[in-house]
Formats: sequence, C-alpha cells, structure tokens
Amino acid sequence: MKTTTTDRIEKEVLLRAPRSRVWRALTDSKEFGSWFQALFTEPFRLGARTKGRITYPGYEHLVLEFAIEKIEPERLFSFRWHPNALDPNVDYSKEPMTLVEFTLEDAEGGTRLRLVESGFDAIPIERRAAALKSNDGGWTQQMVAIEGYLRKNP
Amino acid sequence: MKPDRAPAGLEASAPIFAALGDATRLELVARLCRGGPQSIARLTRGTSITRQAITKHLRVLADAGLVRGRRLGRESRWELEPERLDVAHRYLDLISKRWDAALSRLQDLVEE
Repeated sequence: MKTTTTDRIEKEVLLRAPRSRVWRALTDSKEFGSWFQALFTEPFRLGARTKGRITYPGYEHLVLEFAIEKIEPERLFSFRWHPNALDPNVDYSKEPMTLVEFTLEDAEGGTRLRLVESGFDAIPIERRAAALKSNDGGWTQQMVAIEGYLRKNP
Repeated sequence: MKPDRAPAGLEASAPIFAALGDATRLELVARLCRGGPQSIARLTRGTSITRQAITKHLRVLADAGLVRGRRLGRESRWELEPERLDVAHRYLDLISKRWDAALSRLQDLVEE
C-alpha cells in the first residue's frame, strides 16, 4: 500500500483477543519485547526512558530507547524513539524522534489496534536516504521471511 | 562499513527529500497528485503565494526530478514524475514493512 505522505505511517489490525490482553502485550515491556524482538529489563513508566536490546539475529549489539509519553489504560500507549537507529557508529541522540502511538478500541470479535508513527519529515534527509541504502534488501527481506515462518509455525 | 548493495538510483534520494522538505512544495506535490497536470495559474489559485514563488518552488521540485513542466501553447503545464516520487516513499515503506511484521507477531501472541 502506498502512503500519500512522507511524514507518517498508519496501521490498523483486528486482534481476536480482549482489550485487556492486547493492553498487556503492549505495555508489559517483556511482552512487548517478545513480539517487537527486543529485550527490555525495566518496565515502561510514564515519562521514563526505557532501554532494550534488539534480539533479532545479527542486530543484538544494538540498543533501543523508548521515551514513554502516554499510558492511558486500555486506550492509548505512546512513546518516542529514533526510528531505524541501526548504525552503532552514529549518535542519534541529537536528532528528532518519531512518535509511536497505539490506540485500542473494542471491535466485533476482539480489539481494534491502531498504530500511528509520525514525525518522519523531521528526520534528517540524509538519514532517510542512508537508511534506504543500508537496509534495502537486508532487514526488510529477513523480516518478511520471519513473518512467513511464524504464520506457518504459530 | 556497510556493503554497498543499494539498487542504482538510491544515492540520488537525498535531493528528493530536500526538495520535499518545505511545506509549500509538499502542498504543490499534493495538488499535482490530486488534480493531475495543471498550469501555474491553477496551482496558484486559492493560495496566498505569488505566481513567481510558485514557479520558483516548481523549479526546485523539477531539479530534484519530482515534477516536470511541459509547454502547451502559451502556458506550461506541470505534472508529477511518479517514478522519482516513488523513491521518496521507499523510506516509509521500509519502516512500514517492519511494522507489518511486528504487528503480525503481536497478533500471534495475543490470539494464541
């Protein structure tokens, strides 16, 4: 699907699970890490910065940092981070962060989860171009492969 | 340190992002997207920006290969170069695919 903006990504998915279950998978940092492929040793706390180590093979040397912005029980969870901060030799701390927002809503047969990541237009242009260069064909293809594997081996 | 596996043309993306990094130019691209090829007069309509400024912005976009002008009688008609614009979307596509994969794993987890 093509986006008509260069600033944001929006996703919506119907999860066949109650809101309380989805909320836990999002806000319990260990559970979050299990599907996001990162190991967080501390819980997500409002206003805090939580660090996690990527567990995806080949990227274990990389540390993620979430600046937790909003926790509104079973409704909204949001944080800021440096997207695609995959070069250990680069200091991303001075760059603007994108905002990741998860919104939950009751839906027929489960929970509707909406994800919006916004603020990409503020990311330095050279970084965006470089991200394409270093990642095209690498990480993306591996992620697609993993997705296929998990679908076949639930 | 990274192997150079970029498909041809990707190194050229930086000027594209630079050209798009301006609210007026983004709006021009959006208008050309919605309305198809059009004249400067039509692009100027409904904005507080002068024709000269619009022309200048279109030149910047044209230099980045995002739009092109075609002479039609007395006037130029401007249109998008969809191929180049596509390159600008690839960064978002990259992140977007990762979210698809992550959300699919989340789905497996909570629907277990």
